[in-house]
Amino acid sequence: MMNELLLMKSELAVTAVIFILLFIKINDTTSNETVLKIVNALLVLNVAAGFCCVDITGELFSGMFKTNALIAFEKNLLNIGTLLISLLSYEWLRNHRHLPEFFVLMLSSLLGMFFMISSGNFLIFYLGLELSTIPVAALCNFDMEKRQSSEAAMKMIMSSAFSSGILLFGISMMYGTTGTISFAELPMLLTGSPLQIFSFILLFTGFAFKLSVVPFHLWTADVYEGSPIAVTSFLSVISKGSIVFIFLTTLYKAFAPMGEVWYNLIFLLSVATMIVGNLFALRQQNMKRFLAFSSIAQVGFILIGISGGGQNGISSSVYFVLVYIFSNLGAFGAVQLISSFSGKETIDSYKGLYQTNPLLSWVLTISLFSLAGIPPTAGFFGKFFLLASGAEKGNYILITIAALNMIVSLYYYLRVVRAIFMEKNEQPIAAIQGSIYEKAGLIICVLGIIAVGLYSPFYEYIYALSVF
Amino acid sequence: MNLSLLIIIPLAAAIAVLLSRNGQQVKWISFLASLAQLGLSLFLLSAFMGERANGNVSQMLFEQRYSWFAPLNIEYYIGVDGISISMILLTAFVVLAGVLMSWNVEKMTKEFYFLLLLLSLGAYGFFISLDLFTLFFFLEIAVIPKYLLIGIWGSGNKEYSANKLALMLMGGSALVLVGIFAIYFMSGIHSFDMVKLSQVHIAIEVQKIFFPMLFVGFGVFTAIFPFHTWVPDGHSSAPTAGSMFLAGISMKLGGYGCLRVATYLMPEAAKEYAPIIIILASIAILYGAFATMMQKDLKYINAYSSVSHCGFVLLGIGMLTKTSIEGAVMQMVSHGLMTALFFAVIGMIYERTHTRKVEELGGLLKIMPFVCSVLFIVGLCSLGLPGFSGFVAEMTVFMGSWQNPEMFYRVATIAACMSIVVTAVYILRAVGKTAMGPITNEHFLQLKDAAWNERLAAIVLLLGIVAIGIAPFWLSDLVSPGAELIVNKIAGVIIY
Repeated sequence: MMNELLLMKSELAVTAVIFILLFIKINDTTSNETVLKIVNALLVLNVAAGFCCVDITGELFSGMFKTNALIAFEKNLLNIGTLLISLLSYEWLRNHRHLPEFFVLMLSSLLGMFFMISSGNFLIFYLGLELSTIPVAALCNFDMEKRQSSEAAMKMIMSSAFSSGILLFGISMMYGTTGTISFAELPMLLTGSPLQIFSFILLFTGFAFKLSVVPFHLWTADVYEGSPIAVTSFLSVISKGSIVFIFLTTLYKAFAPMGEVWYNLIFLLSVATMIVGNLFALRQQNMKRFLAFSSIAQVGFILIGISGGGQNGISSSVYFVLVYIFSNLGAFGAVQLISSFSGKETIDSYKGLYQTNPLLSWVLTISLFSLAGIPPTAGFFGKFFLLASGAEKGNYILITIAALNMIVSLYYYLRVVRAIFMEKNEQPIAAIQGSIYEKAGLIICVLGIIAVGLYSPFYEYIYALSVF
Repeated sequence: MNLSLLIIIPLAAAIAVLLSRNGQQVKWISFLASLAQLGLSLFLLSAFMGERANGNVSQMLFEQRYSWFAPLNIEYYIGVDGISISMILLTAFVVLAGVLMSWNVEKMTKEFYFLLLLLSLGAYGFFISLDLFTLFFFLEIAVIPKYLLIGIWGSGNKEYSANKLALMLMGGSALVLVGIFAIYFMSGIHSFDMVKLSQVHIAIEVQKIFFPMLFVGFGVFTAIFPFHTWVPDGHSSAPTAGSMFLAGISMKLGGYGCLRVATYLMPEAAKEYAPIIIILASIAILYGAFATMMQKDLKYINAYSSVSHCGFVLLGIGMLTKTSIEGAVMQMVSHGLMTALFFAVIGMIYERTHTRKVEELGGLLKIMPFVCSVLFIVGLCSLGLPGFSGFVAEMTVFMGSWQNPEMFYRVATIAACMSIVVTAVYILRAVGKTAMGPITNEHFLQLKDAAWNERLAAIVLLLGIVAIGIAPFWLSDLVSPGAELIVNKIAGVIIY
C-alpha cells in the first residue's frame, strides 16, 4: 500500500498543494503577499519531495499508470519550471484579484501532465492531456480586463479542442485496427497497414498541434501574445516539455515498429518548423511574439534530437528540455519584469536598457545566448547533443539545415542584444527594482544556464536514466 | 607543466575583473594576467624545447585528459606540439599588446576588459585542444566577444559590421560543426580525439563531402575568398584592441583549424581539393592587394592587406609540401604580430588626429617620431623586407610552393609573388604620405608622441617580429615536425 502511494508521490504532492490552496481560497481574507509566500514555500517543498525516492519503478492500475527513474526526473523538471514561473511572476501576481485560482489552475494542469507522462495507455494519456490543456485555456484569460487575453483563451480552447479531436480520431482508429490501446501491447500488433499509418498520422498531427510544429503552429503566436507572460512561459516551457516527454514514450515505445514512417515525418516537419519559426521570428517587434516564434524554431531542433532514436534520442531531448526551462524562463522572466514595471514589450523600447539595468540586461542576454546555442551557456551543449543524436542516422542534410538555421536564429537574438547594448535611447526604461522572489528566480535560471552545460554529470545522469 | 593554466589564468582574471571596483584595478588585473600569460607561454616554449632536446618524440606534449561527457566520448583533452606553441606565443604577445593599447578606454571599462579576456581565453583554449568538441567549444566562445567589442566600442557603421562579422563567423562554425559530426560518426570510432582520429582512415567519399565544409568553415575565419567580406568592415569598425585581436588572433583560429583539423584529419581530400584551395588563395592574395591600392582609410588598407596576407597562409596549406606548410604557420605568426602592431599604430594615430584618411594626414614624423618609426618598421615588415618576420614567412611559403614541379603550382606561385610588388606600392604610399611631407593640419603640431603603454605595446610586438626576422630557425624548427607529420600523412607514409 505504502509503495503504491509512493509510486504516485508527485501526483499526490501536487494534489495536496491544490487542496491547501482551495482551503486558502475559502478563507478569503488572506492577503496576496501571504498567499504567495505560502504557495512558493509549498512549491519548494514540492520540488524537494520530487527528489526523494526517485528510483521507484512500478505500475499501477494494471499498467495504465507507470513510473520509473526517468519519468520521475521528467516530473521534477516540470516541478522546477513551475516553481520558477511562480517566482518570476511575483510582481504580476501580487496585484491579481484571483491569485489562488491561478495556482489551482496551473497546478491542475501540472497534475494532468504528470498523469500524461506516466500513462501506459491511450486512455489515461488522453485524460491527462485534457486535464493539462483545459486549465491553461482558462489561465490564458487571466489578464481579465484585456480583450486580447480573452481572445487568446478562445483561440487556445478552440485549437486544443480541434487537436484533441484529431488525436481521438487517431486513437479510435488505432484501436479499431489493433484492438488495443495499451502502449506495451501495441508494438506487437502493428502491421503497418495503410489504415494504421493513417491513424498514426492523425495521432501525430495531434501531437504536432500541441507542440506547435509547423504547419500546425498558427495558434501559437496569438495565444502567446495575448496571454499574461506567466501563462505564456508556462505554455511554451512546461506544457511543451511535457508533450515532448510523452511524445518520446509513444514514438520510441508504442510506435517503435513504425520507425521508418515517423522518421520521415519528423525529418520533414523539423525542417519546416525550424525554417518557418526562424523566418517569422525575424520580423517580430513584440518580445512575447518574438519568443513565441523562437520557441517554435526550438521545437524544430528538439524534433531533430527525437529523430535520432535510441538512448541518445531520449537523453538529448530530455536534456534540452532541462536547458530550455532555464533559458526560456530566464528570458521570459526578464521580459516579464520589464513589462510589469514599465509596461513595455517591444524590442525598440529595450534600447539603452544596459545603461539603466545592467544586471537584468546580462540575465536577458545570457538567456538569449543560451537559446541561440552560444557557449559556454547550456544551450550550446543542448543543441550540440540534439544534433549529435540526429547525425547518428547519417542524415547530414538535416544537420546542415539545422546548423544554418542556427545562424538565422542568432541574427534575431542578436537584434535584441544590439538594442540592449548598442543602440542609443533618449528615454531608456527606468531602473527596475525586482523583489527577492524575482531575483531568486532569475539567479536560479542563470546558474542553471551555466552549470547544466559545463558540469557534465547532469547530462551523464540523464543519459543513464534514458532507457525504457 | 600544467597546460590548463593557459585557460585558468584568463578565466580567473575575467572573474576578478567582474568583481573589481574601478577601472584602474581592471586595467592592472588584465595587464598582470596577460603578462603572466606571456611568461607562461615563454616558459612553455622552453619546457617544450627542453623535452624535445631530451629526446621526447611523442607527437603531443604536456597532455591532459579528463572525461567530460562520457556518453558521447567527449573529453577535455589538451596538449601541444610545435605548431600550437607558436600560436600560443602569438596569442600571448598580441593579448598583452592589446591590453596595453586599451589603457584609455573609458566607456564601460570593466566590460571591455572582461570581453578581451574572454576572447583570449577562447583562443588559448582553441590552440591547445586536441578534442574536436573542446576545440569547437572554444572556437565559438571566441566569436561573441568580438561582436560585442565591435558593436559597443566600435566606430563608424559598427552595428552593421558587428552583425556581419558575428553571422559570417557563426556560419563558418556551423559548417565546422557539421564536419565534426561527420568525422565523429563516419570514422567508425565515435571519438572526438584528434590524435586517435588521425590514425583512422576515413573513407574517401566521406572526405570529399566534408573536407570542403570544414575547410570553408574554418576558412571564413581566415578570410578565404569569397568569404572575406567581414574582414574590412569588422576591422575598420572595431576599437583598436578589437582589430588587433581580430587580425592577430581570430583570423589565425581559422588557419590553424584548416591545418590541424581539415587537412590533417582528411589528407586525401586535401590533396584532391588542393588546386581549388590554391586558386582561391591566389585570388585572395591578388584581389586583396589590388583592393588595398584603392583604399583611402588606414584601417581599410590594413584590413584588405590582411586578406592578401592571409591568402599566403591558405596558399601554403594548399601547396601541401613540408616547407610550404611550415611557411603557412610562420606566416600566421608573422602576420598576427605585424597586423596587430599595424592596427596599434593606426589606433595611436587615430586617437591623436581623429582621422584615418591618408589624404588628411601628413608630416607626422616630425611630431611623433616614435609612432611614425614604428609605422615605418611595420610597413617594411608588411612588404617583406629581409630582417623582419614578413620576409621569412613569405619566402618560406614561396620556396615550399615552388617545390611542386607542376606548371599549375608554379604559375600560382608566380602570381602570388607578384602581389609583393603591389604591396610595396600601397604600403609605401600610405606610410610615406602619413609620416612625411608637409604637415596638413595646424592642430597636429600640438599632438604628443606615444605614451608609456603604447610604447610598451609596440616594443612587445616589435620584439616578436624582429626575433622571427633575425633568427627564423627557432620558429621553423618548432613548426617543422608538426608540418612533416601532416605531409607524411598526405603522402601516405603513415600506414593505417
